[in-house]
Amino acid sequence: MMKYLGLPILASEHGADVDKLILYVHYLMGALFVGWLSYFIYTLIRFRKKSNPKANYYGVSSHASTYVEGAVVVVEAILLIGFAVPLWAKVVDRFPPEAESTQVRVVAEQFAWNFRYPGKDGVFGKQDIKLVGSSNPLGYDPADEAGKDDIVPPLNEMVVPVNKPVIVYISSKDVIHSFKVAPFRITQDAIPGLSIPTWFKPTEVGRYLINCAQLCGNSHAFMKAYVEVRDQAGYDQWVTEKTASTANSAGGFE
Amino acid sequence: MDIPYTTHEREDTGLYNAKLGIWLFLASEVMLFGALFSAYILLRVGAEPGTWPHGLLNVPLGTINTLVLICSSVTVVMAWASLKMNQFNKFRIYQGITVLCALIFLVIKTFEYQDKFLHYEVIKNDGTIVDGHLVKKSADSITLHVSHGTHGKEKHDHKVQPVSGTNAAEASASPAAADHHEEVTVMMSDVKKMGNYGPKHNTYMAIYFTLTGLHGLHVIGGALVIAYLWLPGAKMWKTDPERFTNRIEVSGLFWHFVDLVWIFLFPVLYLL
Amino acid sequence: MQHSTTDTHHAGAHHDAHHHEELGFWRKYIFSTDHKVIGIQYALTSLVFLFIGFTLIALMRYQLAYPGQPIPIVGGLLDSLFKGMASGGVMSGDLYNAFGAMHGTIMVFLAIVPLAFAAFGNYVVPLQIGAPDMCFPRINMASYWVFFLGGVIMLVSFFIPGGPAQAGWTSYSPLAVIIPTDGQTYWLIGMVFLITSSLLGAVNFLATIIQLRAPGMTWMRLPFFVWAQFVTGFILLLAFPPLEAAGIMQLMDKVFGTSFFMPTGLMISGNPADISGGGSPLLWQHLFWFLGHPEVYVLILPAMGIVCEILCNNIRKPIWGYKSLVYSALAVGFISFIVWAHHMYLTGMGTAISTFFQTTTMIISIPSVIILTVFFISLWGGSMRFNTPMLFVLAFLPMFGIGGLTGLPLGFNFVDLHLHDTYYVIAHFHYVVAPGTIFALFGGIYYWYPKVTGRFMSESLGKIHFVTSFIFMNLIFQPMFAQGMAGMLRRMSDGGANYSVAQNPGVAGALSESVLYSNVLVSIAAWCLGLAQIPFIYNFLTSWKFGKKVTSDNPWQATTLEWQTPTPPPHGNFTTTPAVYRGPYEYSVPGAATDFSPQNEPLKTQKA
Ligand code: HEA
Ligand code: HEA
Ligand code: CUA
Ligand SMILES: [Cu+2]
Repeated sequence: MMKYLGLPILASEHGADVDKLILYVHYLMGALFVGWLSYFIYTLIRFRKKSNPKANYYGVSSHASTYVEGAVVVVEAILLIGFAVPLWAKVVDRFPPEAESTQVRVVAEQFAWNFRYPGKDGVFGKQDIKLVGSSNPLGYDPADEAGKDDIVPPLNEMVVPVNKPVIVYISSKDVIHSFKVAPFRITQDAIPGLSIPTWFKPTEVGRYLINCAQLCGNSHAFMKAYVEVRDQAGYDQWVTEKTASTANSAGGFE
Repeated sequence: MDIPYTTHEREDTGLYNAKLGIWLFLASEVMLFGALFSAYILLRVGAEPGTWPHGLLNVPLGTINTLVLICSSVTVVMAWASLKMNQFNKFRIYQGITVLCALIFLVIKTFEYQDKFLHYEVIKNDGTIVDGHLVKKSADSITLHVSHGTHGKEKHDHKVQPVSGTNAAEASASPAAADHHEEVTVMMSDVKKMGNYGPKHNTYMAIYFTLTGLHGLHVIGGALVIAYLWLPGAKMWKTDPERFTNRIEVSGLFWHFVDLVWIFLFPVLYLL
Repeated sequence: MQHSTTDTHHAGAHHDAHHHEELGFWRKYIFSTDHKVIGIQYALTSLVFLFIGFTLIALMRYQLAYPGQPIPIVGGLLDSLFKGMASGGVMSGDLYNAFGAMHGTIMVFLAIVPLAFAAFGNYVVPLQIGAPDMCFPRINMASYWVFFLGGVIMLVSFFIPGGPAQAGWTSYSPLAVIIPTDGQTYWLIGMVFLITSSLLGAVNFLATIIQLRAPGMTWMRLPFFVWAQFVTGFILLLAFPPLEAAGIMQLMDKVFGTSFFMPTGLMISGNPADISGGGSPLLWQHLFWFLGHPEVYVLILPAMGIVCEILCNNIRKPIWGYKSLVYSALAVGFISFIVWAHHMYLTGMGTAISTFFQTTTMIISIPSVIILTVFFISLWGGSMRFNTPMLFVLAFLPMFGIGGLTGLPLGFNFVDLHLHDTYYVIAHFHYVVAPGTIFALFGGIYYWYPKVTGRFMSESLGKIHFVTSFIFMNLIFQPMFAQGMAGMLRRMSDGGANYSVAQNPGVAGALSESVLYSNVLVSIAAWCLGLAQIPFIYNFLTSWKFGKKVTSDNPWQATTLEWQTPTPPPHGNFTTTPAVYRGPYEYSVPGAATDFSPQNEPLKTQKA
């Protein structure tokens, strides 16, 4: 049944659950729709004036419809308690251990995406609001040791290893954007002043689009970036390359 | 057919139209101020710990204003009661006091506002801060009257630091270092950032001006209606006393609401 | 039946004798305090705005279908009207966003709410409850003129330098504040006017319904339309003020540089913003959606009320489950205040809060299901007449059904991970408001037109209007579900072309050819929908003078009180206060002489 929904290809672990829940809800909707529509068309024919010239003051006396309503309540409750709530809890509450995941800071701006990796030490550079200025829009402390090995790839380019959880910390410099990767079934608003973590586990090697899913100005439609999922070896190679180039570009505030 | 229940109560609801109308309107007003109070709470809870300002407002003036409004709430009721007892002259006196109270409130509020608009914070290029009331401002310098101890800001020590080279002349020209007051002049070329304690200053001033400004508009609106019913509108007492009494009651209900809002505003903005 | 028609001449004479004056043209038609005139003013104004809202989207749809190509015919006009925003007849991103924001704003606040609530409510509610007018006629007039001014401000904003608001109808901060146009300021001031107008209207409606019900018109004898307006009034009364507060704060941010919704460390085009910071962008969203969600029920409840009236009239039997209907409407009204954050699932919400809002969202779907069920079950045993109003109303049922059902997946935040801000959402709510609410409103116009003007609208033109509108509405919004599922995002000035396979070779999950091609089909259907309104507009305007005359004051043989007045009803409505003896939909009462028993017809036992 899934293929009739026309969802984009799937490339993340929890995405399968998203698709499943979408499918189940659509079963409920489909049942209600088909059921009521058949009933509706039947009444239109049977109770048109020609075939039923005199209306019945009392109408339906059975309470079958109450059972239908009851059923809707039950199914909704099951979907809610059985699926939606626990699945959501998994996404927002049960983060994988940082050491076993790839961590990326994602900062949106009009109209591009900045990425930053913590580098070998696994720790991001320190940020201080007081250091924010035109040349250091994110306020990274250039003196901080932990920040020295941070990797800052070029704008709009993100690379992650396959089959390993990715934790993204999402924020924005200016207006609200939204980090969306449809094949990963993930969306998270990027809100200035907040850094919101979320995570996913890519399961397929490939190159995917990062969309901006929140109106952010006149070039909202053109704010795209790519995320490349590589095998571990490919990823490691990329890290080595970027470590070198970041070091050259001195500091890497972006 | 005429519209029924304009003066007399409908039996099953126990209300005449205008009274129901004002209650409904006040319900929406509660939501309006409720939303602003929630905004206040959210901004305050969300502020960096220790940065929410205290003691910026003049508590004695606020207290006087609170008393003034409470007084007016009493006289508004007395005015209505006088009409109920058919004592029109007393009504005139009581309602006169109400209008007077409203005026006093507004005048005091104006002074408080003015104080904030004249209160400047100047951040100099070297990072020191001069904080005080405006004496004069020109294209190339600003002079502030800096007084001690009123604002509880910990930045005070900066103010007495020796003035830097460029404005030394002005500084010595100004009546320097009296005990608790002094005037400090800063050259514009030294100023990194400056601004008064208007709504832009921080979110506290922003919500202060928004809440009290909106409340002030309500006071003005209410006072205008009450004043109208006090003088020209009172003609109706001769032609339709019952309806006139109702009008006084309805405007009184609105006035109580305006007072009530202040009763919340005062502690929230001045004391907490 | 004998009492149902009143002698028109007598009514007029009575009226004149009572007031000893003829109102001049201005007092009678422009600054009138008569609820019927005000209702008509609201109706005409909001229809014009409906048309403007459609014009905007018709232009936008060209850019969605053919991104980067100049708009034929009107492209040059756009270029000269909006200097620099449509060079060469191609809409810039700014202009697209401006039109999008204004389409949403105009449709919601200037077209549907004033038409559904203010126009129908003003004209019909006092008549249905047997009142001579609204409680506060002058406030009523003020409400219309404040609304009118609000509309003018919105329209003027199109022609200021930089153009109108461009941050969506949701006006999220900081975007709304930092876009360099005064359009947002106009938008905010316009909204303050519209909100004020709605508040005045809501107070008036509520007071009228509570105070001015005719003797015998108990709560459970109110036509459902009145109930719907009553709940709507409460929603407007209590949900709008927080938006007004938010609007004032955003206005402060915009005009006085405060930081209510501006966080610390904000950058504007690469430089630190000159603000104090310390505000919260999410605060705006909470305040907006606290109104925004109840608002959507403002768009649907009056429509449901109209549906109930027309449905019962044309199935010739009482509504099945009147009480469930009323209680469900009340429940919807209450619960609508505690579901708002389902529009904000992806702003970083924890489990506890999201569980709360998911649960309330599921709960609020239940009364909606009950309302629709009541309508469906009522059909059973009816004797249906398929006149134009009835056709629109029958179409409303499955259309609202589709819109409502597709709200369910959106109610789960886990599903929202995929569907948020896609065209699935656009399709969801347009099914509710366009083929849903708009159809109900069309039905209402065809239904009450004879009471207002004394003439029918043409049935044959009406049926053409219905069939074509029905087809094109579905052709517009059905493909959007598929587009949304495929991941096409809303508010894209290029219709998603930049995210397409063509422009992203080798990228998995980009939008396919067919998803983009749907844009063309949808756009064509949208323009055809516009053409399908020509019979309606022609019908609406010409029938006023040339339509078939009604032969009775109660041409549809209805039971509710508005049909027991002269046609059109005079100032003051009823010649004598009507007394009410029965429920609102007493059709085909066993043993009655006719198949309808008006509310003011005494019961047999009570007849003297
Ligand atoms: C009148 C307008 C209206 C109505 C009635 C609704 C009704 C509902 N809406 Fe919708 N909604 C909007 C207007 C409306 N909505 C708008 C304008 C937006 C977008 C705003 C924006 O972002 O710009 C939106 C967005 C929106 C979202 C946010 C999506 C997102 O941005 O990611 C959500 C999420 O929960 C939602 C849920 C619901 C639910 C659960 C209902 C429920 O109340 C629905 C209940 C109804 C039913 C369950 C139908 C029952 C039907 C049957 C029983 C029978 C069916 C039979 C046949 C079809 C024959 N809506
Ligand atoms: C009540 C609300 C309402 C209504 C009725 C409509 C009606 C329509 N809407 Fe709209 N829409 C919104 C509310 C509404 N919309 C909102 C809130 C948004 C989101 C905006 C945002 O992103 O911020 C939106 C966004 C939106 C988009 C997405 C844009 C984007 O994301 O980039 C699209 C795309 O196709 C669209 C299309 C349409 C169409 C084709 C209609 C059609 O159904 C229109 C049908 C109307 C007519 C055909 C006019 C008929 C005219 C008459 C009958 C006049 C008669 C006159 C006289 C007699 C004098 N709408
Ligand atoms: Cu960034 Cu949209
Ligand atoms: Cu909602």
